[in-house]
Amino acid sequence: MIRKRPITITVNGSTYARDIEPRRLLTDFLREDLGLTGTHVGCEHGVCGACTVLLDGVSARACLCLSVQADGRDITTVEGMGEIGALSLLQEKFRKHHALQCGFCTPGMLATAHEILMDAAPLTDTEIREALSGNLCRCTGYEHIVHAVSEALKERLGSIATGSALNAG
Amino acid sequence: MPMLNFRLLDPALLVDISRLPAFDQITTGERGITVGGGVRHHALMRSPELEERLPIINHTMQYVAHMAIRNRGTIGGSLAHGDPAAELPLLAVLLDAEIHITGPAGDRTARAEDFFLAPLTTDLSEDEILTAVTFPNLAAGSGWGFEEIARRSGDFALAGAGSVLTIQHGIIADVRLAMMGVDETPRRLPAIEAMLLGRAWDAGVRAAAVRQVREQVNPMSDLQASADYRRHLAGVIAGRALDAAWAKGQTL
Repeated sequence: MIRKRPITITVNGSTYARDIEPRRLLTDFLREDLGLTGTHVGCEHGVCGACTVLLDGVSARACLCLSVQADGRDITTVEGMGEIGALSLLQEKFRKHHALQCGFCTPGMLATAHEILMDAAPLTDTEIREALSGNLCRCTGYEHIVHAVSEALKERLGSIATGSALNAG
Repeated sequence: MPMLNFRLLDPALLVDISRLPAFDQITTGERGITVGGGVRHHALMRSPELEERLPIINHTMQYVAHMAIRNRGTIGGSLAHGDPAAELPLLAVLLDAEIHITGPAGDRTARAEDFFLAPLTTDLSEDEILTAVTFPNLAAGSGWGFEEIARRSGDFALAGAGSVLTIQHGIIADVRLAMMGVDETPRRLPAIEAMLLGRAWDAGVRAAAVRQVREQVNPMSDLQASADYRRHLAGVIAGRALDAAWAKGQTL
């Protein structure tokens, strides 16, 4: 029996204290212990990007992070980015541009795109493709995802220029 | 972590070293820049200290995996892992880095050239950790180039090359060329460096260098590419890295 360790993690604004085995991946902690199944598990070795979440505000692979490593950290999953009736800017653009079909890659895409918006650097579509290249999508051919991120980024840069507050995530 | 997920590693004890104090510092000294083992790829890419003295490192980091991986991956992790097609081991060999190690027997320093022994095998013992890496200063006016070819952005490269050179009176006064992905470990190509010394980087010298690179590498075949294709790429990519270094080098 492996000795469990106490950890405290903030997920989507709520703080959870749990005793967990040190080997438990962050993906399993989120999905199985907290019931937050929006974080998807694809390849489990960091290649597909489906499990990408925000760890202290920047994108990270939840499948390559042990939960004990996230002790004291702040996690945002897709469940914390917006909700029905109050979609985030990115979620709204994904819907408008039909940037998802099956939706498996979408939570990870949104986490990566969130970091792109937070960096707030103007990017060409080619640069957006490069920034999204760590997230695989087998449905869309990426075109609509790039359109959605590009439009969201333009609006975010516009709102920064005019000094207005806009929910970026 | 992927090796744990694949059950390729089965450690009895796992120690998280990512929160060691001062492990994530980049410090500038007279002799060079020392990077803590816990410095993340993203921090290397954005480091103003490196941009000023060793911009080849900032430039090369964009080729390392993807954004989410660069946010978490560390220089110590990459060097200790020792993938023969990874960028940081190549940079360490190219830039003659000193690798600082600590363990129960005390502190020691290994030269990058002696550190990588075989694919995924380094000079690091099980009870040692890589604490920091010192990259010595380059000569004033040095030109540099790093180029790689991968099948998809962020994949491990099929072949990659880095070069640093200085030019005096229109000829190459000093030159280093190192390659990755085309041998068991990243390594310098001393015979080609010797051939280039005292020459101008013109079409004839370039053609000879490309030909000799292909003779001197020992690539392997795998699912990604055949050994012959990698041998071909090695020449292409070494030529481009030297082109870039020659173009950036200031004639002194």
